[in-house]
Amino acid sequence: MEAIQEHKGLVYPLNRTNVDTDQIIPKQFLKRIERTGFGKFLFYHWRFDDDGNERADFGLNKPAYQDATILLAGENFGCGSSREHAPWALLDYGFRVIIAPSFADIFYNNALKNGIIPIQLDESLLKQWMRQAEESALVLDVDLEGQRIVDGHEHEVHFDIPAFHKEKLLNGLDEIALTLKLEKKIEAYEKALGK
Amino acid sequence: MARPETIVSKIWNKHVVHQEAGKPDLMYIDLHLVHEVTSPQAFESLSLNNRKVRRPDLTYATMDHNVPTKDRDVVKDQIANKQMETLRQNCKDHDIPLADMAHPDQGIVHVIGPQLGLTQPGKTIVCGDSHTSTHGAFGALAFGIGTSEVEHVLATQTLQQEQPKTLNVHVEGDLGPGVTAKDLILAIIAKFGVRFGTGYVMEYTGDAIRNLSMEGRMTVCNMSIEAGARAGLISPDQKTIDYLEGKEYVPEGAAFTELADSWLNLATDEGAVYDKTVTINAAEIEPQVSWGTNPGMCVPVSGATPSLDDVDHREDVKRALEYMGLKENQPMTSIAIDHVFIGSCTNSRIGDLKKAAAIVEGKQVNPQVRAIVVPGSFGVKLEAEKEGLDTIFKQAGFEWRESGCSMCLGMNDDIVPPAGRCASTSNRNFEGRQGNGARTHLVSPEMAAAAAIEGHFVDVRKFAGVPN
Ligand code: SF4
Repeated sequence: MEAIQEHKGLVYPLNRTNVDTDQIIPKQFLKRIERTGFGKFLFYHWRFDDDGNERADFGLNKPAYQDATILLAGENFGCGSSREHAPWALLDYGFRVIIAPSFADIFYNNALKNGIIPIQLDESLLKQWMRQAEESALVLDVDLEGQRIVDGHEHEVHFDIPAFHKEKLLNGLDEIALTLKLEKKIEAYEKALGK
Repeated sequence: MARPETIVSKIWNKHVVHQEAGKPDLMYIDLHLVHEVTSPQAFESLSLNNRKVRRPDLTYATMDHNVPTKDRDVVKDQIANKQMETLRQNCKDHDIPLADMAHPDQGIVHVIGPQLGLTQPGKTIVCGDSHTSTHGAFGALAFGIGTSEVEHVLATQTLQQEQPKTLNVHVEGDLGPGVTAKDLILAIIAKFGVRFGTGYVMEYTGDAIRNLSMEGRMTVCNMSIEAGARAGLISPDQKTIDYLEGKEYVPEGAAFTELADSWLNLATDEGAVYDKTVTINAAEIEPQVSWGTNPGMCVPVSGATPSLDDVDHREDVKRALEYMGLKENQPMTSIAIDHVFIGSCTNSRIGDLKKAAAIVEGKQVNPQVRAIVVPGSFGVKLEAEKEGLDTIFKQAGFEWRESGCSMCLGMNDDIVPPAGRCASTSNRNFEGRQGNGARTHLVSPEMAAAAAIEGHFVDVRKFAGVPN
């Protein structure tokens, strides 16, 4: 996983609640056995019509958002299926930060493990940025180390993130390697409990 | 006396391998279930890092998500075939037991776990699938994980997890005749929303839960994820023990007696404290039908779609109604359907099929409707055939299929066409879930069966043949 300390980028506002992982990456793309290349299928049925043509009315297809790397969304983002293909698709498309009032648990974990920063922010605050991003280009500067976001008007917002999640993202830690350092303890546990 | 504890904290404390302040606990995993869709990338990364599977003996694989449900001899979909081939090879390379497509134990991963007795009270169970919560019906702590976590469990047999908060979902009273476990969980989600369980493990308590069969309990726990909770469970009791006795992977004789005692001791102690409690009265629940594009968008069958003036998220509701091809204030019984799917890890067990068969017996599927029954496992299919349920379904005009996930998510050929409308016993009515543009209404097997006959939703309690 790639480490991430700071990210400055253009915002794409997805003003919908309960965006489920079936929408983020539909089932027909889950048959692939690779981790990469899912970006072109992101939000597939929202982005494309039945003939595979881009839907002009879907925000992400608009020229203004072509370079977006920060996603703003409504509450309960990433609910539903546990498919890690969802963060793979978001990352492959170019998103590095997702800001929402709340996330589904499994998605949140999956995002962290792929170097995407999931930021939980108060809805009222988010609404302002959502509106701004809908009206004109909004660029946010996300400083993970300092746990703050600065917008183009020098408006600064603090966000919370559990310390160990932050550390993992900042250093791009290999969680398995860390756990394997505790192999002796795992063995001892298995022995003690006869597992 | 020791401080009263919840089942969640009892299971948790027994599985902590390592604890460090400010960090998640390292938890031991007793059973890791694997399927073809969420595992290939985990195995690949494992190999790239020269790691091996720590405990193949605590790992069990099957294929369910994209297996065909008819003409299985040749899998025409080459990409799906490759994914299944990859699982075969991975299981072979790492010595993992696999219930392959033609294996007698094959089936939906959450159906075969309990059926084989792999699922047991007190175990920590994970799978790269959100409906792993199903196994909580046995008093196991069972939850869905992503592919990176699948890899972590393969390599270490542990997971780094923060101790979850506990939520007591207390169901007083008892369900009325013709009202099922499916209606109960749909009503719970409709009442409290699709997020109220986020961050919690739910424990279902109360008389209505105690009175459910083990299969009903599985239906309830299955959909905990639809309420936002990663896990939902029910304290074990005599029913749990009776169900598991004699199952393939459950010890026999004295070992079983000892185990059964320890299982009963897991139950939440009288007076244990939960982080949160919600209460619902079962007696007030009617058969449910979902109208929208998430499982919380659900009403009693006597109800109607919402009025746009009465809702909080007006835009979302409007979008959902549009997608579903419905108007506001539309009575549920006026909605005509053209597909019926009886299956999925929510409702594809023998009891579900029996109840649906009782309703369709001697009747005919409405000519507008294409109806299919997909048993949850090969074992369920055999048992149903032994009892002649296949004949009942086929004579009524249903298609009778091989087991798998099938039309629950349409990764194989079993899809609902664009703008098709399906009464489905599955758990998700998301946009496109059963096929691009497909419209899904979540219901119980009984309600699906009655809708198949009538061609539109009906209150199954008023429908001839309803078993009390
Ligand atoms: S039946 Fe549906 S919900 Fe259950 S495991 Fe299969 S795809 Fe998932």
